[in-house]
Amino acid sequence: MMASDTTTDQPFVQGPFVDRRNTARRAHLWLGLLLVLVSLASLAVGASGTSLWGALLKLAQGDALTLTERVVLWDIRAPRLVMGICVGSALAVSGAVMQGLFRNPLADPGILGVTTGATLGAICVIVLGATLPAFVQATLGAGPLPVAAFLGAWGSMLLLYRVSTRAGRTSVATMLLAGIALSALFAAFSGVLIFLADDMQLRELTFWSLGSLAGASWVKLSIAAPVIVVSLMLACTLGHGLNGLALGEAAAHHMGIPVERTKTIAILAVSAATGTAVAVSGGIGFIGIVVPHLLRLATGPDHRGLLVNAGLLGASLLLAADMIARVVVSPAELPIGILTALLGSPVFLWILLRKRGLVDM
Amino acid sequence: MLIANNISVSYGPKKVLHGLNVAAQPGSLTAIVGPNGSGKTTLMRALTGDVPFDGTIMLGDTDIATAKPYDLAARRAVLPQATPLSFPFQAVEVVRLGLRGGIETNDRLALTALSRVGLDGYANRFYQELSGGEQQRVQLARVLCQVWRPVVGGVPRWLFLDEPVSSLDIGHQLTVMQIARDFARAGGGVVAVMHDLNLSAMFAHQVVLMQSGRIIGHGTPDQVLSDAQVSRAYGCDIRTSTAPMDGGWFMLPQAAGGEPELPVTQRA
Repeated sequence: MMASDTTTDQPFVQGPFVDRRNTARRAHLWLGLLLVLVSLASLAVGASGTSLWGALLKLAQGDALTLTERVVLWDIRAPRLVMGICVGSALAVSGAVMQGLFRNPLADPGILGVTTGATLGAICVIVLGATLPAFVQATLGAGPLPVAAFLGAWGSMLLLYRVSTRAGRTSVATMLLAGIALSALFAAFSGVLIFLADDMQLRELTFWSLGSLAGASWVKLSIAAPVIVVSLMLACTLGHGLNGLALGEAAAHHMGIPVERTKTIAILAVSAATGTAVAVSGGIGFIGIVVPHLLRLATGPDHRGLLVNAGLLGASLLLAADMIARVVVSPAELPIGILTALLGSPVFLWILLRKRGLVDM
Repeated sequence: MLIANNISVSYGPKKVLHGLNVAAQPGSLTAIVGPNGSGKTTLMRALTGDVPFDGTIMLGDTDIATAKPYDLAARRAVLPQATPLSFPFQAVEVVRLGLRGGIETNDRLALTALSRVGLDGYANRFYQELSGGEQQRVQLARVLCQVWRPVVGGVPRWLFLDEPVSSLDIGHQLTVMQIARDFARAGGGVVAVMHDLNLSAMFAHQVVLMQSGRIIGHGTPDQVLSDAQVSRAYGCDIRTSTAPMDGGWFMLPQAAGGEPELPVTQRA
């Protein structure tokens, strides 16, 4: 008999029936609270020593803020905070949706080449965009970069899904190997472009490869935030569909789920969210695999609760990582991608070791 | 009434079903039997709308080929052969997925269904930690939840079972077949792909015998499961007989001998 029986003679008599849906619902509340706390901390912490509480106190008393306080709090920390929330939730929810779509806890935009695809799109714009006539560049403004990143992400998602899914069944080995191959291919194309880039572009490119929230501004957010919010809202409608897909495409169809539509929405939402997140913050890995995995352990794999919780926890985790990145080597900044990789790689290995059967060829 | 008319299915250039005509009545259990590779599962997949087919399949007045997934889901549920899961679902959570597909709203039904398939107290057990037979019964509970009432508003609902007893011990084989027969007795329709001829003879009202993508017998068990037909379909000598207790039909492979028969040229 399994591990749950302890003292009784009857092996299957257990404690009272536990409904994990309640756990997931309670988690909405706790994770929401956590996000509020981390957000406040994120506004309060920084290299400049400007005090959030001091500024709030001044506002409460009706005093005017100094210029430094306004710039640091409103123009630097606040957009960074909002960007952190957007990117963190985008990456975590994308991870959860991809795992649901591929029926596998190892699927992640970073590991399977979706992020690399988005990066390739972004690099194309940075390097090749400069060759366009000046008036074209001026007309397009900041628009092409997120669009190219989205197209890169979308293309790699479609390719990956086509290659690894045959007749409604996803082969895990094929999926991981195809992801590696696609990653390498996109990285090679990126390499060619980097080779062509000039010094100014190289500086900009380095920023992509490491990932950072340092470039956050209200202008960037005005493009990125709406795209991410809409794609996350779309993703959150997929809960029931992804639950059905967990049983396989045929079973999902038998349960009345519009399988093709669910897949199309999932691929579009993941591409838009990941593409935009990469466009504004570069390659930040492993949020998408760590967050859903931890939540499945704590509150169960039901995607209806999981997707919302992943958004909340992903945002908190990225903000926390960003705070650490800003503080540990202050006044310099550690690229945040390094921190998330430090945290994420062991979790990835842990899943692999615990579930060896998942990747048996 | 389930009526399949002139059904053909091809996998690539290979034609696996050749213009089949099948009918199944609500209120009865129809077993599809035949040797490996005879097209049983393909026929099942055509009946459930999983493979493209030529011909027409009507479930009542609904055309399978054009119906919306949620309309079909309210009319029929399908039990697959085996369902591996990659996420740590608990048994009750898997069963509840069936509730969402059907029209029932009572959440407690999931626990009732688990109890129905003999899995009392399994609600919080992790699906991945269950044995193959237990997983199969959890899936059956899910499927039962989807079409809990065999008849709704005078319209019969259907259960499609793909080898429902293949990984079960003999006790649970009987339990599952009794559940299927009860569903049919209450007015619902049941179509099951079966490997076990004896269970088919015991429980089925109608038997469809297949060989090489064609139907070679369609009728009551005693009409279809004759010595000659079964021996021909399975390519070995099988005797059918009646059980001493209740006169039901059974089939023994002993007539075929304990050793495979060698071609004449190889005999000593």
